[in-house]
Amino acid sequence: MSHSEEEEAERWRLNMIEAENLTRKFGDLTAVDNATFKVNQGEIFGFLGPNGAGKTTTVRMLCCLISKTSGKARIADYEVGNKSDSMKIRKIIGLVPDNVGLYESLTAYENLDYYGTLYDRTDSQRKESNEHFLKLMGLWEKKDLLAGAFSKGMKQKLAIARALIHDPEILFMDEPTANLDPESSKTVREFILELKKEKKTIFLNTHNLDEAQRICDRIGIMNTKLMAVGTPEELEGSVRGKRTVIQLRQVTDAVLDALKRLSVRNLTREENKLTVDVVEPEEENPVMVDAIVAAGGKIESIFALGSSLEDAYLKLVREAQ
Amino acid sequence: MSNWKPWKIARKELKVIRRKKSIMYYIIILPLLLSFFFTLVVQNDIAPSSGIPSNYQLGLESLTYFFVVFSAIMPGSIAAYSIVGEKVEKSLEPLLATPLTDGEILLGKSIAAFIPPILAVWAGATIFMATTDYLTHDLLSYYYFPNWNSGVMLFILAPLAAIFSIELTVIVSSRVSDVRGANQIGGLMFIPFMVVFVAAVEGIFAFSTVNLLIFSGIVLIIDVSLFFLSKSIFNREEILTKWK
Repeated sequence: MSHSEEEEAERWRLNMIEAENLTRKFGDLTAVDNATFKVNQGEIFGFLGPNGAGKTTTVRMLCCLISKTSGKARIADYEVGNKSDSMKIRKIIGLVPDNVGLYESLTAYENLDYYGTLYDRTDSQRKESNEHFLKLMGLWEKKDLLAGAFSKGMKQKLAIARALIHDPEILFMDEPTANLDPESSKTVREFILELKKEKKTIFLNTHNLDEAQRICDRIGIMNTKLMAVGTPEELEGSVRGKRTVIQLRQVTDAVLDALKRLSVRNLTREENKLTVDVVEPEEENPVMVDAIVAAGGKIESIFALGSSLEDAYLKLVREAQ
Repeated sequence: MSNWKPWKIARKELKVIRRKKSIMYYIIILPLLLSFFFTLVVQNDIAPSSGIPSNYQLGLESLTYFFVVFSAIMPGSIAAYSIVGEKVEKSLEPLLATPLTDGEILLGKSIAAFIPPILAVWAGATIFMATTDYLTHDLLSYYYFPNWNSGVMLFILAPLAAIFSIELTVIVSSRVSDVRGANQIGGLMFIPFMVVFVAAVEGIFAFSTVNLLIFSGIVLIIDVSLFFLSKSIFNREEILTKWK
């Protein structure tokens, strides 16, 4: 292997998922429009977007379930869309679809065991991994119950276990906590974070902002087009700068004049609360405090307010619409 | 065999079928009822008139042929459950994400839909032929069954009819959204085989070995055509983007 080939291989090892201008059309409808992104090894990458944004279509293309209309995509060292690579890709990925899709007339154990056989796991490997994942998910005691008798949360856990039964390098999860109660959602989120510790690469489709913010290393905001990619902090910062909120005992004209003389940005007043956009709060806040005090104002409290991921999300989605 | 992927799928399907009591009763009881009913027909109607060869021959061949008709009905129900049922349970997507080819999945499901009905048909036909031989031996002075016609019907035509039914069900499955709908349409798959039966009764078609082999050849050609059609319909892209 030449040096450049080694570099290329190393690049792919780091970028477990890479898409370049990935597009999918259904007739006249464009479901995914020129999506370009990379997902690093061991990263939890959140794909955030409203219903119908093309998240599931993207996952299906990356899992080689449906074809792409144009663009390129790679999973580890394999090319999406190349027939001979499709089988190799399916061996190294796990999929938790938006509908759990369990066999309801099979037991939890049988559901896992069946998938183990499809990945050519030996009897002893299957026995070991079935027990491991059922115990990990807290389902071992219920292993002989039919999956149809499980609650939504238990089914979701079983679906995650099924996707992991062959020890995949990359896990695609499509809305894994949708329709789950808060406790089950928390369990699933904690489990996803556990998987990260095992260096699994996780591609998480969600429209749950809180979930994305809590567990994702980076987030892509999608609404047919991929509008932004970054860490939650980067996305928050990209929408609007930080803000300073100053609570005064009373807002007087003198205070307002003092602030206007400082040429503060986007000064808004809500009773005795003033809000100002700031770029460098460490430098700008003391200046504002001095000006307010000099104008006779009495400050009760002052605090910094960052823009939220929700702000970023809503802004980008509305812009796209 | 145990490592052959279509067999792994078929084994799971057979396990599910065993747990579906309605399907099991359908597979076990119907052929038995059919053989019991046909035995009554032989005892009451055919055996007494056995002095006229054309009467009992047509009667016995027609009753045997009914097992072919039955082979075209039963597999469709299982295939409908196996494919549409999986569509309803939304379990096809994770299955399609495994390292299996579309052909392996289709073949596995087809094997599971083929084996139980064909075994049941053979079992029912065996009972029918044994009791018929018992009832008619004294009158005929020989055992009517087995004969070449019954061999062609049960071991060539019946499996081809079952395959016909399965392949059509796969095609139908892409256009229906519940098992009942698939079953209702699947229930019509015996019609081409019934047409032959009616033609035989009307004297247009004779149940001769040559005719049955020719008919089998026609069904084989249709099966091969349907195979390519069903294979084109049962693929990941179609299932996930075009199936209802």
